[in-house]
Amino acid sequence: MSADARTRLGDRRIRRRRAIDRLMRGLLWLAAAVAAIPLVLVLAFVLIQGLPAFNLALITQDPVPAGFPGGGVAPAVVGTLIMVGLGTLIGTPVAVLTGIYIREYAGGRGATGIRFLIDVLAGIPTIAVGLFAYGLVVVPMGTFSGLAGAVALAVIIIPTVARVTDEMLGLVSGSVREAAYALGIPPWKTIVRVTMPAAATGIVTGILLGVARIAGETAPLIFTALGNQRVTASLAEPMDALPLRIWVYASGPYDAWHQQAWAASLVLVLLVLTFSILTRFVLRRRAARLA
Amino acid sequence: MSVMTGETTAPGTDIEPTDRPPARGIAVADRGELAVEHAAVGVEIDHLSAYYGQHLVLRDITLTVQPNSVTAIIGPSGCGKSTLIRCLNRMHEVTPGARIQGQIHLDGDPIYVPGVDPVVVRQRIGMVFQRPNPFPTMSIFDNVVAGLKLAGIKDRALLQEVAERSLRRAALWDEVKDKLHAAGGALSGGQQQRLCIARAIAVEPEVVLMDEPASALDPMSTLKIEELIDALRTSYTIVIVTHNMQQAARVSDRTAFLTVGDDGAGYLVEDGPTRQIFTNPQRRLTEDYISGRFG
Repeated sequence: MSADARTRLGDRRIRRRRAIDRLMRGLLWLAAAVAAIPLVLVLAFVLIQGLPAFNLALITQDPVPAGFPGGGVAPAVVGTLIMVGLGTLIGTPVAVLTGIYIREYAGGRGATGIRFLIDVLAGIPTIAVGLFAYGLVVVPMGTFSGLAGAVALAVIIIPTVARVTDEMLGLVSGSVREAAYALGIPPWKTIVRVTMPAAATGIVTGILLGVARIAGETAPLIFTALGNQRVTASLAEPMDALPLRIWVYASGPYDAWHQQAWAASLVLVLLVLTFSILTRFVLRRRAARLA
Repeated sequence: MSVMTGETTAPGTDIEPTDRPPARGIAVADRGELAVEHAAVGVEIDHLSAYYGQHLVLRDITLTVQPNSVTAIIGPSGCGKSTLIRCLNRMHEVTPGARIQGQIHLDGDPIYVPGVDPVVVRQRIGMVFQRPNPFPTMSIFDNVVAGLKLAGIKDRALLQEVAERSLRRAALWDEVKDKLHAAGGALSGGQQQRLCIARAIAVEPEVVLMDEPASALDPMSTLKIEELIDALRTSYTIVIVTHNMQQAARVSDRTAFLTVGDDGAGYLVEDGPTRQIFTNPQRRLTEDYISGRFG
């Protein structure tokens, strides 16, 4: 084969490779765009449709009877804050401790077993979780209640946070654990003072994802919190929630309801965003103090 | 000879009271003032075999580590050097499935008997690892006093004093004294390793184990670490694993040579004064290794 032929062959190959490279890059870009578009569209839609009815009355007033003007979704805002807060308070400690157990204590086969169970729990339809909370809380209490809603949300947040805790602890280098053991620090103290702080940022991010997820859940609240036309802070009464209210208003026949459903969606999105930005800000401050 | 499965103490359980005096690391608080001179102690390794599951990695090692001296452990890759020193502070058993047979005595007391808490053993036998491993979320200061702080010592003045003295001994004080509250991870590799040495000696261990402490460092940092080992030998019993024979020759008083047997398990070929091992080894294998004919 002459030198010329080799050069020509080489050229053709590199041109072909560059073409494939461009094609694949294009595909990857397209996939990323398709994944990002819904987010942008949803945010834009919620903003555009929600803004006209977005005002102070919306978050401070009770709903008015259908057909009357005005009113708000205050019971839903308060209810969501209470149930998401309580659900997180109940679920997160259980989940974080479960994650610690899986990663630090359960050992190979035990860890695999519990991880499997947690993943199954994560895959259970949330309406079924709602039915479970109905049986566990609503039936004994004899009434729908905010407590039942919070319990359902707690069950839903557990698998997310447990698996994140497990994974984040796994990312902490084994050499750091060894350094602590070699200093004569007992394993439990190593976890509390060395390993958990190193994994804290990731775990908090996981909790945020969990909170955002349960804040938007509708199905598990249908048989538990039920909904309420008035503001209540009592956990023993039916309680309203933003997703429930949005669902009721959006599926109703009145234009005013539709408007308020959009505005309530905007409130929900803003609540989750504010919460997650605040937490990230606090975390960054904490990290900055060390750097 | 006692035979034990090496299981980590059940985590979360309290430290069991043992009938031995409290570890030095803890005694620091009671003494208030720290004795700079040290009653360093020896370690006797008695027919020690180490396993990972069914796999034998160290066969029947018997070796005495003299107090107040530097003992180097040399040998080809895979001969179990690191496993050997990890047995000395009961770190071997941290790996799932790892166990040992035989016994090790620290200052005459067996460390592999029921009732001896590995946590207490590790407070008396400090360790420096191959790769610097400062605690990522702690400042330089907190790294140095981590052992004391996590043992519950809160006395600010004492912590300050220990931090300064440990950093001075580790030849790091001048470089970090103005940024004690910066993150430990922000230092260079060589500085991080000296920080880890400061952290290990801050709890006043009697024995310091070093697992190839300079193998991840540049020549200048290596030199600093070797000078540091030389300075520490008067106060501590030091065991250093190294694959660098020149380093062993430079820093150690005694040298133990391990190699790998046909069965894949490491065993001790010979040990003795470093000068003798390097100039007049008794065994052909040792001579071949130090003259570079294998390994």
